[in-house]
Amino acid sequence: MSDIHPLIILLAAMLTNNILLSNFLGLCSFLACGKQLDTAVGLGIAVVFVTVCTTVINYLVYHSLLIPLGIEHLQFIVFIAVIAAFVQLVEMIVERFSPSLYYHLGIFLPLITVNCAILGASLFMIIRDYSFWQSAGWGLGAGLGWALAICLIAGIQQRLRFSSVPKPLAGLAITMIVTGLMALAFMGFTGMAKIQ
Amino acid sequence: MIYLYSLGVFTAVVVLLTIFLLLAEKFLADYGICEVSINSGERIFEIDGGGTLLSALSENEIFIPSACGGKGSCGYCKVSVLSGAGQVLPTETPYLTRKEIRSNVRLACQVKVKEKLDLHIPEELLNVKLYKSEVRLIRDLTYDIKEVCFSLLEPTEINFHPGQYVQVLAPGPDGDVFRAYSISSPVQVTDSVELNVRLVPGGIASTYIHNLKVGDPVTFTGPFGEWRLSEDPQSELICVGGGVGMAPMKSLIYSIYHRWPERTCWFFFGCRGTDDIFYLDEFKQLQTKHPNFHLYYALSDIKPGQVWDGEKGFIHLAVDKHVKTGSKRQAFLCGPPLMIEAVTAVLHEKGLNDADIFYDKFD
Repeated sequence: MSDIHPLIILLAAMLTNNILLSNFLGLCSFLACGKQLDTAVGLGIAVVFVTVCTTVINYLVYHSLLIPLGIEHLQFIVFIAVIAAFVQLVEMIVERFSPSLYYHLGIFLPLITVNCAILGASLFMIIRDYSFWQSAGWGLGAGLGWALAICLIAGIQQRLRFSSVPKPLAGLAITMIVTGLMALAFMGFTGMAKIQ
Repeated sequence: MIYLYSLGVFTAVVVLLTIFLLLAEKFLADYGICEVSINSGERIFEIDGGGTLLSALSENEIFIPSACGGKGSCGYCKVSVLSGAGQVLPTETPYLTRKEIRSNVRLACQVKVKEKLDLHIPEELLNVKLYKSEVRLIRDLTYDIKEVCFSLLEPTEINFHPGQYVQVLAPGPDGDVFRAYSISSPVQVTDSVELNVRLVPGGIASTYIHNLKVGDPVTFTGPFGEWRLSEDPQSELICVGGGVGMAPMKSLIYSIYHRWPERTCWFFFGCRGTDDIFYLDEFKQLQTKHPNFHLYYALSDIKPGQVWDGEKGFIHLAVDKHVKTGSKRQAFLCGPPLMIEAVTAVLHEKGLNDADIFYDKFD
């Protein structure tokens, strides 16, 4: 177990090791919902909430239940169950308090369940052998990093609408290229903070 | 041992999460009591929010047609929601035309009751009731079609237009299902309902109905359907049925000859072989009483050994041969989709408009 400060991990997860831009996890909803800023913000907040809660709960389940009983092999299925339950909760909250966001997110709200960034955050936490507070910082950072990335791409895409993109590159292709460029920019941060 | 632990832990985690979600749902999905107002206040009821509009309506004894039981896969449960339903959901768009979306038509099974709702429901649907009945008679018409007659117990009377249908409640392996069957009895008979039911291999409702015995209780809702017979006695009728598409035609024909004995009606019935023929004798008898009733049965697939001296070939050919152009007419078609398409094309050639052609397709 490393003794990096949880706050450093939080910042690192957001900027130097952004889960989307350096690991390319959670791309599907990133590409699908990253078109409008308000939708992106809504989905981003939902993902932050789910990532933080599930990383913390998964940490507790893993270290106080799976390890003592020697059944670490269950981690995938248990983590996914926890994530699925939290997504249901988020769906209820969004449906209740923001029907228009519920409408705009559509199928991508329940699909947060299979957002690989969220499961990825839990699995990295295990691989990197984080302590409780480190895990919390990592979860929050990973969620915020994902939200940051989708908000950035949404802002860029809103501007792209008014620029003349060469026809073969219009749509998804230019989004992929822009994502790559963003990833390059974020790579500039690499090595500034240790996360392991 | 490790397997036991694994199973136990996984089950425990899932159960805990489920309990947590149920608790959360109780608090989060609690929308309080919502008011539902129908046809600008003609009928108002209050319901616990959070459920679907379809179940809210059926709890208040307003029966909207629905064949899939609220799964959003049949598209029958259309109602106009004037306010309070939010935007059209992606699950609804495949079943709604642009015109319907503009006039606020929604699928009742997808709309959730979250606030005060303002609905418009056609007057006929408010007439739809839940009928409790018992089997009075059940008999074979052909090798796979049965005639069943239900005596109404509660309410004791049904009023319907010829060609309308009822939805029979049939117990299925995954809960009850409703299936639509056209009424074959004429409208002047109000104390019972007669249906023609073909046995569909593996079909939940048709198997259930075919196994009924005299005296068995049966529940159904109705009447549904938009067929409207012209009240003008000079208007002629063209009825085309195939297979169990007989049912609404029988209802139409016996209804009109009860009220207008002189009215002109052509009836074309298409089936495969001589063993698919039914009601022929009854109709021949009717023909002797009403000279303006023209009857044509056409067989498309006569098997070796079967004797038939009537029309041969598909039914649209018989329609083409016998129907002349001109005069005021309405056409009623019921049968398989291909038959409907072929007959509609022929009727267009004979000068009928879409507004005068009523049809009911079944697969």
